[in-house]
Amino acid sequence: MAGGAASGGSTQGDTYKEARNWLLLPAWVTLSILVLLPVLLMLVYSFLTKEFRGGVIWEFSLGAYDQFFFDRGLFGDEPPKLEWTYITIFWRSIWQAGLATILSLLIGFPTAYYIATRSEKVRPLWVFLITIPYWVNLLIRTVSMRFMLREEGPINNALVWSGLADSPIQMINTNFAVQIGLFYSYLPFMVLPIYAAVERYNFSLSEAASDLYASKWTTLRRIVLPSVRPGVVAGCILVFVPSMGAFLAPDLLGGAKNFMIGSLIEEQFKGNAGNWPFGAAASMILLSLVLIILTLYARQQARANKAGA
Amino acid sequence: MKSLLTSTAIAATLALGAGTAQAEGNLSIYHWFEYMPQTLLDKFTAETGIIVTMDTYDSNEAMLASLKAGGMGTYDVAVPGDYMVSIMIGEGLLDTVADGELKNKGNIAPEWADPSFDPGWSHSIPYQWGSTSFMVDTAAFDGNIDTTDILFNPPAELSGRINMLDSQGEVLAMAALHLGIPQCSQDREQLKALDAMLQEAKGHWASFNSDTAKEVLVSGDVAVGQIYDGFGAKARADRASLKYAFPTQGYVAWMDNVVLLEDAPNRDSAIAFMDFLLEPENIAAVSNYARYGSGLAGVGPFLDPELASLPESNPPASAGPGVFIEVCDEATQAVYDRIWTNLKK
Amino acid sequence: MAARKFDVRAYPGFAYITALCLLILYVPLMVVSVYSFNSSESIVVWEGFSTRWYADVFVGSESAKFKVAARNSFFIAVIAATVATTIATFAATAMIRGGKFRLRALSFGLISLPLMVPEIVTAVATLIFFSSIGFERGILTILLAHIAFCIPFAYLPISARMQGIEDTYEQAAMDLYATKRQAFTKILLPLMMPGIISGFLLAFIISLDDFIITNFVKGAGVETLPTAIFGAVKQGIKPNIMAISTMLLAFSIVMVTISYFVSKSGENK
Repeated sequence: MAGGAASGGSTQGDTYKEARNWLLLPAWVTLSILVLLPVLLMLVYSFLTKEFRGGVIWEFSLGAYDQFFFDRGLFGDEPPKLEWTYITIFWRSIWQAGLATILSLLIGFPTAYYIATRSEKVRPLWVFLITIPYWVNLLIRTVSMRFMLREEGPINNALVWSGLADSPIQMINTNFAVQIGLFYSYLPFMVLPIYAAVERYNFSLSEAASDLYASKWTTLRRIVLPSVRPGVVAGCILVFVPSMGAFLAPDLLGGAKNFMIGSLIEEQFKGNAGNWPFGAAASMILLSLVLIILTLYARQQARANKAGA
Repeated sequence: MKSLLTSTAIAATLALGAGTAQAEGNLSIYHWFEYMPQTLLDKFTAETGIIVTMDTYDSNEAMLASLKAGGMGTYDVAVPGDYMVSIMIGEGLLDTVADGELKNKGNIAPEWADPSFDPGWSHSIPYQWGSTSFMVDTAAFDGNIDTTDILFNPPAELSGRINMLDSQGEVLAMAALHLGIPQCSQDREQLKALDAMLQEAKGHWASFNSDTAKEVLVSGDVAVGQIYDGFGAKARADRASLKYAFPTQGYVAWMDNVVLLEDAPNRDSAIAFMDFLLEPENIAAVSNYARYGSGLAGVGPFLDPELASLPESNPPASAGPGVFIEVCDEATQAVYDRIWTNLKK
Repeated sequence: MAARKFDVRAYPGFAYITALCLLILYVPLMVVSVYSFNSSESIVVWEGFSTRWYADVFVGSESAKFKVAARNSFFIAVIAATVATTIATFAATAMIRGGKFRLRALSFGLISLPLMVPEIVTAVATLIFFSSIGFERGILTILLAHIAFCIPFAYLPISARMQGIEDTYEQAAMDLYATKRQAFTKILLPLMMPGIISGFLLAFIISLDDFIITNFVKGAGVETLPTAIFGAVKQGIKPNIMAISTMLLAFSIVMVTISYFVSKSGENK
């Protein structure tokens, strides 16, 4: 079973060995042409020269990466310094996505644990309850959140009415709103893998710990958490990665003022900037970051599997 | 499985075929949001049998970017502002309307007969004109609003409650008026001052948003918002305490124009549509809906009488000049682009 | 066991956090659903129960736009999900029933590529691709993009199901002189149906909901429901948008409920 999940599931017989290549051909063709090739083309575009006011000139240039990493002053003729603008945007995205992930973990772990310890009969119903909101269009969920956080929205009305706040609190168009939006968008992604891990966890280990007079919280920290760690890591990745590239939450909840990577990239193609090579370069940098995170995760999984076996 | 595939393929062919079969009677418009009344499009369809589809954008620059990102050849007409018309001519994105193709061209008002951005109207026709300034909620602030300080150096009670348009042209032109420098300045000290001033001002702003410019003012989410005059008139109808400002430093004036795009898939429909909009009765319907002025003669009888007395389109004597946005050369534009990026980082 | 005074599994507070979690997930959706029945023009003030905004969606001034968008969305989702499910079923058969082979890991990498690449990056890459080969953007470009990124979503439930079916059934059939094709269509496919249906529904919903990629590759005047909603929402949340949202919410719940019972009936077999 080791590595099964990472390689598309374990094999179960070889009945269709001869037809294998034909069966795989449609997937190979579709995905190579419509996903792999475009990503490679994007890599090429990131090394092209930008055309004034949108589009590209087919000439090799490092301009896009230079713009990303080096600041040559307002007039472009000063000696290059490290450019903080885009690094800040990336850092902000990582920071926002990280906070959203931590928030999801704080709420998601106890929830997943609680669900996984219900009786076997009602568990699927709980999972069902957690997944339904995920099936609602992300756009609609973000809009609902925007409605909730408005200055004259339900949350502020409730706060003022109950006397917890004297006047409405500014929530919309803040970093806080973006974090809440991301957290709300991807919370089910945190709950489900942790749930799956806790469900497989052997509770006799907890009992043994308890017999040895370990306190409840010590048991949780020293016994349960290490055992379900793969689920926690998977949940964190599933929340963190899409949060980093998010576009709707910063736009609709953050007031489009504090850019995140997704908005930065979007603006290069659909907005004011119109700088294709730069948009392609920023996309490549984002993709590299995500692939690094996924590789580290795969390594960690492989090591955990080895240790487990 | 095979029959499933076959039926899918048939369904796809039918659906795609259906789209191209009636292409002769189609018109694809790329237009600003909330500007063209649907009833007028319905009237056009009723008169000509041409089916209209419309996509919207929220800034001149976004429209240009999208057209250059593969949008050319899919739209027939677009509605760029004055300076963007000259940019698009320079980029070769516009088709030429030959003399005599538009039979209603004579309806253009004499004062707009020969605009500098498209001499002789050879690629475009006048659509609507107006101004861009800002509105203040007088319930939140009762001081003097006719100054650009409200946007760039606001009093404490307005700080953090300002929405700016997400439009490079309009924000930077207003900033240039505030500092009293030319729009395409090449003077390094002036540009540095502009950059520094905007960085300072950004701390007072809540958001950059064009499409919600009206909504955020009406809902009270912000107390100050950059806005177009007609859009502002609509906002005031929903929240009476909003007042449109005419700063003594000046404000942005603009004229939107219907242009014929190069490679228009339905060129004949586009010409018919332009002619349609050159009829005073039709363009008056746009003015009545969007609350801007038109560039045609003889629209008077069709206009909503209220339009003539709108506070948003009647600047007081104290108002500064209305200035059009200028087109900078590539090197200068690069500096302004950097200032804009610095602002939005 | 009996000597233990407390349940080692239970942690105090976890039940409250679970309740909080459900509250956070559901309250915004419920508030929007409730406000969709508000009779007021304003989204702020409650003025009494009314279904006028539902009527507005179907006969109001913007109804034509939303009807076309809904038709496009369903058309694209049905075809994209059908094609993606077909491709994924073949691929899963090769991966699970094809023995071990050299390109297996690489094939799986390719199949799961759309899951690993952030959606905004896929969107940009697809836009660049279509624009550089001069492929005119329209409904077809949306369809192609959707087919590609729906494949892994269809693949996961299908391959999970296939792993749970031992190949002895097909072996037995072939021992009785059934051809491989017959073993596939008469034995494996029927057994696979719950997985295939879940895969189809998953792909269908993913396509129906997609905003980012669609927004980048759509052509002139072609709107799907999410892009039409986004266009409307940008100018402010209006009650008719809440009505559409509520209907989509109801639709999603029906779909996921069907999927839930289908997979359940599969387990009982």
